Amino acid sequence: MDTFVSTYVWPAVIMVAQSLLLLVCLLLLIAYFLLADRKIWAAVQLRRGPNVVGPWGLFQSFADLLKFVFKEPVIPAGANKGVFLLAPLVAVTLALATWAVVPLNAGWVMANINVGILYVFAISSLEVYGIIMGGWASNSKYPFLGALRSAAQMVSYEVSIGFVIVTVLLCVGSLNLTDIVMAQHDGLGTRLGLPASFLDWHWLSLFPMFIIFFISALAETNRPPFDLPEAESELVAGFMVEYGSTPYMMFMLGEYSAIVLMCALTTILFLGGWLPPVDVWFLNWVPGIVWFLIKASLVFFMFAMVKAFVPRYRYDQLMRLGWKVFLPISLAMVIITAFVLKFMGWA
Amino acid sequence: MGLQALFFYLFAFVAIASAFMVIWARNPVHSVLFLILTFFNAAGLFLLTGAEFLAMILLVVYVGAVAVLFLFVVMMLDIDFTKLRSTALEYAPVGALIGLILAAELIVVIGGSVISPEIGKSIANPIPDLATRTNTAALGDQLYTTYVYFFQIAGLVLLVAMIGAIVLTLRHRTNIKRQDIATQVARTPETAVEVVKVKPGQGL
Repeated sequence: MDTFVSTYVWPAVIMVAQSLLLLVCLLLLIAYFLLADRKIWAAVQLRRGPNVVGPWGLFQSFADLLKFVFKEPVIPAGANKGVFLLAPLVAVTLALATWAVVPLNAGWVMANINVGILYVFAISSLEVYGIIMGGWASNSKYPFLGALRSAAQMVSYEVSIGFVIVTVLLCVGSLNLTDIVMAQHDGLGTRLGLPASFLDWHWLSLFPMFIIFFISALAETNRPPFDLPEAESELVAGFMVEYGSTPYMMFMLGEYSAIVLMCALTTILFLGGWLPPVDVWFLNWVPGIVWFLIKASLVFFMFAMVKAFVPRYRYDQLMRLGWKVFLPISLAMVIITAFVLKFMGWA
Repeated sequence: MGLQALFFYLFAFVAIASAFMVIWARNPVHSVLFLILTFFNAAGLFLLTGAEFLAMILLVVYVGAVAVLFLFVVMMLDIDFTKLRSTALEYAPVGALIGLILAAELIVVIGGSVISPEIGKSIANPIPDLATRTNTAALGDQLYTTYVYFFQIAGLVLLVAMIGAIVLTLRHRTNIKRQDIATQVARTPETAVEVVKVKPGQGL
């Protein structure tokens, strides 16, 4: 009995506690990223943004949460009830499940698996199911059109994201996310004889891929300027038209979780994760999680700015960008990176 | 070991049950959703055997791409079930034959390893120790060295399939407006704008 407790029960308790802690921190982070998104958008348009609930509107997201939860969920008469309710659950579960492998600091990771980046890629490629299921189960034209657009969009941009990830993997030689960050400790800068700094991170050595990854991440998470699935001028609200109250909130949560994940992933793949920008003692003394959060917030700031000042793409332009611009460039970069690594003997 | 067995039975049971539901469900969209659940559990079974790379690739390729297309097609098509069900029995012999062949192959493979357990050692490229070598690296080594020609041929077959699909569906329509980004970007004020001096009170 004692061995049973020490081998199964105790690790399970610790794992559940860690997961809960990560989840709570993540949800708080998402609440404030959501607020930051609205504030930045407002500031660009010379508005105040949410400023009523709490000081400077700091508790706005929690007020919204309460509002969503206490509203009555309405299920359309013609909807496929089971799938209709399953869709937001799938969306939010998958979006949160990805965080299991994301390292926030050296060793701060729930599951340090060998194929970490593939796991993230696999789970984020499943997120499209929440959208398709929601659009289909609503049994209405606009949600269905929105779902079809979204599915085509996500599948298209996953291809270029995949190739971007492959170039990073070629440079690192491992699929483990912690290894990917640690590999950026030395890189282009140190090869030129400089001390370890932000010049070693992949954003510089793989600069075109960094841009492609950022734009593809926007498209993958259905952010403006690629928010065609929910283009309000054409499709009302896309696949979410028939949703309200808690199910709607779950879709929102899933979407924002995916956005924050993409910020974290950009940080890990290209911005050196938790590594300090310059290898000096007082910057090394700052905990890695702080650097990680700063970098992820910077990427999110770019996400929010793009939303504020780039007009929405037309659907054929979106497809052209994905298939005719990003795919050839990223494919060529995979080949070029492989050749450079091989002939320079850096692999 | 106990935990692993528990998860094995969980994944296996859900996989088989949802495979049954693929056939059983009345709504074809539900069938595809159950198929996705089956894939998911198959990926779980791969994980339990230590084939983590295959598990993730199964999710990326089958669940993330192929099943999305299935779902697309099934949602878009208006399938008449009464008609489908009336002709279902005609396909039963072919289905049974395929099932029989698969079962025979499984029996040969599993039976072989049960009768002589050391058969695994006689294959040309035995599975390396998973503790020292990640199976992504092990697979890559085999695929790009020993089996590189087969890999290339598989790639060519896929290329032919892709070009075939494009040729079958490509339909060049003439009388529609297309956006040509290159010409748009190449426009200069000289080619696009004409400056006309108009005398006051005269118009053009």
